[in-house]
Amino acid sequence: MLRYTFHRLLLMIPTLLGVAVLVFVLLRMMPGDIVELRLLMDGGQVSPEALATERVRLGLDKPFWLQFYDWITGIMVGDFGTSMWTGRPVIEEIGSRLGLSLQVAVMATILAVSIAIPLGTISALYKDSWIDHVVRIFAIAGLAVPSFWLGMVIILLLLYNFQWIPPLTYVPIWEDPIHNLSQLIWPAIAVGYRYSAVATRMTRSTLLEVLQEDYIRTARAKGVYERLVISRHAVRNALLPVVTVIGLEFAFLIGGLVVTEQVFNLNGIGKLFVETVTRNDYTMVQALVMLVAAFFITVNFVVDLLYAALDPRIRYR
Amino acid sequence: MTLVESYQQPETKARSARSDSVLLDVDNLHVHFETTRGMVRAVEGLSFDVKRGEIVAIVGESGSGKSVSALSIMRLLPKMTGRIPHGRITFDGRNLLELSDEEMREIRGRHISMIFQEPMTSLNPILTIGLQITEPLQIHLGMTHEQAHERAIELLGLVGIPDPARRLEQYPHQFSGGMRQRVMIAIGLACNPKLIIADEPTTALDVTIQAQILELMKDLSRRLNIALIIITHNLGVVARYADRVIVMYAARLVEEGVAENVFHKPRHPYSMGLLRSVPRLDRPRGAKLETIEGLPPNLAIMMSGCRFAPRCPFKIEKCAEEPALLRTDLGGLSRCHRHEEIAAGKLAWTGGGGGGEVSAARKTTPLLSVRDLAKHFEVRSGLRGSGGTVRAVQDVSFDIYPGETLGLVGESGCGKTTVGRLILKLEQPSAGEIRFAGTDITKASAAEMKALRRKIQVIFQDPYSSLNPRMTVGEIIGEPLHVYKLAAGKREQHARVQELLQQVGLRPEMAARYPHQLSGGQRQRVGIARALAMEPSFIVCDEAVSALDVSIQGQIINLLEDLQRRLGLAYLFIAHDLAVVRHISMRVVVMYFGRVMEVADRDTIYAEPLHPYTKVLLDAAPVPDPTIEKGREPRLIKGELPSHLAPPSGCVFNTRCPLASEECRQIVPPLREIKPGHAVACIKV
Ligand SMILES: Nc1ncnc2c1ncn2[C@@H]1O[C@H](COP(=O)(O)OP(=O)(O)O)[C@@H](O)[C@H]1O
Ligand code: SF4
Ligand code: SF4
Ligand SMILES: [Mg+2]
Repeated sequence: MLRYTFHRLLLMIPTLLGVAVLVFVLLRMMPGDIVELRLLMDGGQVSPEALATERVRLGLDKPFWLQFYDWITGIMVGDFGTSMWTGRPVIEEIGSRLGLSLQVAVMATILAVSIAIPLGTISALYKDSWIDHVVRIFAIAGLAVPSFWLGMVIILLLLYNFQWIPPLTYVPIWEDPIHNLSQLIWPAIAVGYRYSAVATRMTRSTLLEVLQEDYIRTARAKGVYERLVISRHAVRNALLPVVTVIGLEFAFLIGGLVVTEQVFNLNGIGKLFVETVTRNDYTMVQALVMLVAAFFITVNFVVDLLYAALDPRIRYR
Repeated sequence: MTLVESYQQPETKARSARSDSVLLDVDNLHVHFETTRGMVRAVEGLSFDVKRGEIVAIVGESGSGKSVSALSIMRLLPKMTGRIPHGRITFDGRNLLELSDEEMREIRGRHISMIFQEPMTSLNPILTIGLQITEPLQIHLGMTHEQAHERAIELLGLVGIPDPARRLEQYPHQFSGGMRQRVMIAIGLACNPKLIIADEPTTALDVTIQAQILELMKDLSRRLNIALIIITHNLGVVARYADRVIVMYAARLVEEGVAENVFHKPRHPYSMGLLRSVPRLDRPRGAKLETIEGLPPNLAIMMSGCRFAPRCPFKIEKCAEEPALLRTDLGGLSRCHRHEEIAAGKLAWTGGGGGGEVSAARKTTPLLSVRDLAKHFEVRSGLRGSGGTVRAVQDVSFDIYPGETLGLVGESGCGKTTVGRLILKLEQPSAGEIRFAGTDITKASAAEMKALRRKIQVIFQDPYSSLNPRMTVGEIIGEPLHVYKLAAGKREQHARVQELLQQVGLRPEMAARYPHQLSGGQRQRVGIARALAMEPSFIVCDEAVSALDVSIQGQIINLLEDLQRRLGLAYLFIAHDLAVVRHISMRVVVMYFGRVMEVADRDTIYAEPLHPYTKVLLDAAPVPDPTIEKGREPRLIKGELPSHLAPPSGCVFNTRCPLASEECRQIVPPLREIKPGHAVACIKV
């Protein structure tokens, strides 16, 4: 197991290197130039000399391969450089927002899992009954309704009914939990709904399949309590594919919440992503892409480990 | 007809007087399924009883209602679709059909256990064997964890699993099929039940393992006075183990009697036909199998009269009336108007069959020539990865001539399937060559292979994994026709599909069904139809008929022989059923643990087997004759196949060979020709 873990961790390096090359090249192929964008923002006149000095200061005058080399070697010692726009270290810029995005993602996941698994199970157990229909409508609606729209509805409802809007400034949960939760619970609900819908459907369909398996019949033939047949024999087997879906959705939530963050006016990774891309802030975009890629790979890896933990056939292959 | 009337038994049933010794009494049981194709009457008016400690066999073709009857007794029919509109099932004085779910649950696993056909899928893959055995002990007997653990160790010992304490920690995938079935039996025995229902318990297992398992079940049944219902389509199994036999056909009981009588003096035409359509090791080989022509009826359609009439050679006008279940001269029951004439010996079976000898192969150049074939797999066990080499196939050589059938027998895991896969080029050999029509296919280019692919077809062992669950049967069979452009247009394709369905014994309306709506036997037939669609010149038949019913198996074997005669097809017929291999093959190769043990022509190998393994294999196979079977001592081969990661030194068979000596552990015996055409790999021959 240890060897396997180490092996997988080692494999992350070439993958991330590939992502690095790709994002680096693609960014430089995009039209636009951060220096002009920033200095000409207010519509004034700037001398070509000023533009050139600025370029030198940002290192944009160097050949591409050297820029790439500097960037990669920087990453290796943990230095992601500074934002070309604000001048602050990239780590700081991302760090302050990562906490927020991560928290929303984790809360949405907890919400989704705690809704999806019981709902999906009930729906499968009472297939074609009214409960099943209600759950399926709930799930289909979850897939059809965009999260940002649900977010707007939530804000409006809060406003009309309680004349209250969630706080606008982010405070880490350990500093002021009440403030923090009253801000972030709403976006978590907004995205968690869709998320739970996906997971509910998955739970329902895999459980229905598992319930047809011979070993379920064996369990019943042994006189096992129906409750135990479901929880011990069926649901645990049905969870395997659900874990994959949850993992993928979770990875997506980091950096994928562009519009929802806009709606709730959250300074998350998604919003940062959009800002930096429109500003051509190379160092920031690069760092963000690397972050999201690393996230996806890690989540995948964790999903595989979970699989091994849940399924002895993988553990003892 | 009113509903009540329709369940009235048409006969004044003359059944054995009920006594205290009756454990289970099924009385006029009807089972219906609501399906999209209408209501299926899966069981109609079934009545039988089982006495304490008795072994009763239920035989019949797939779909005749055997499993449904068993599941009804367990009250495990699918909740949504299955229904028991009428009947009584009295077990130990209580009508099971009137019990609450909770009362029934208390009986399942406690007083009645069930063992299922598929040992590979009947155990939960993610729970330890220990948990799965201790579960009923803790639930029914209220044992503590420690007590249950102790008992589980005892049970595993009882069913012959070595090193039980360690095995309890393991998971099902770490067990062989035979071992899993032993675990299932251990689970069944756990709470000392009064009745065990075994639904095709050994169908998925090898002969030597089958003999071990059945011997074990019989022994336990006798020793612990447990009644046993064995559901099977293997008449040899019935002959050896059953006290009484129940024959079912199309949802009804057609004959019931003492095993000896049903086998030697059947009183129903269906039983007569069934016994004649099995290839038998205890009789001279007939040129062609006699079969029961036609197909079992569709149970979704209401029928009047005798259900066997469309296939019965003795049909008379009276057969348009429903026959009653009547007592025969031998004290059994038969549902046939003419059972007295049968008893008087006036009716002799004249079913299909007869026909000429299988055309002898012309010894020209071989179509397929295999030389020194070897296949090694590098394996790592577990994520920790202790590696090793599995020598799945070693030094295998044989030829197959055009129009010939070469039988390849041996237990599962001995490399038969790997040889097949190498020939199909699904694997690359580690050494050796395979020439097909002059081309060495191990080295053939992609273009050469493309041409050969259609010519070499396969009929798979496992129909479940090879059929796309989202396609209808018609689409599955039609796909190769379409891909290889073997049918011009939709209409011709449709006609060909219908023809193929007919050939493999499926009703035409099956084309619209999906694989999950078919029984195991029906699925296997679809797989065969799909291979036949390609019009090949050589077919690897990997356990192709093992899952089929006796009457259909006979039809398929005859069909394969017909095709061979007409099209000059050659077969590599891989199977573990020695009687079937003997029937269809012209020469036979016996493999064990990756090596060829013996090669000879069919008659020689069955009449004068020389290799100890061949002898053991022939001994383990039960023949459908209770007098022979019950009279002979079980000659069980000890143990299972050795581990591929720790192969025996010297002769691979030495760990199980009755003749093994020190010498056998030293040298690997080469395959030596003893007589022309008869080669054996044993130093003691
Ligand atoms: N769940 C089900 N839904 C609909 N029909 C079924 C179901 N199970 C079995 N049947 C039908 O009941 C009949 C008897 O099946 P079964 O008892 O499995 O046969 P056997 O065990 O003798 O092979 C078959 O026609 C089969 O198609
Ligand atoms: S009743 Fe008639 S058709 Fe039916 S089995 Fe007897 S002879 Fe054949
Ligand atoms: S060589 Fe020895 S162990 Fe092998 S089959 Fe012959 S007698 Fe048995
Ligand atoms: Mg069955």
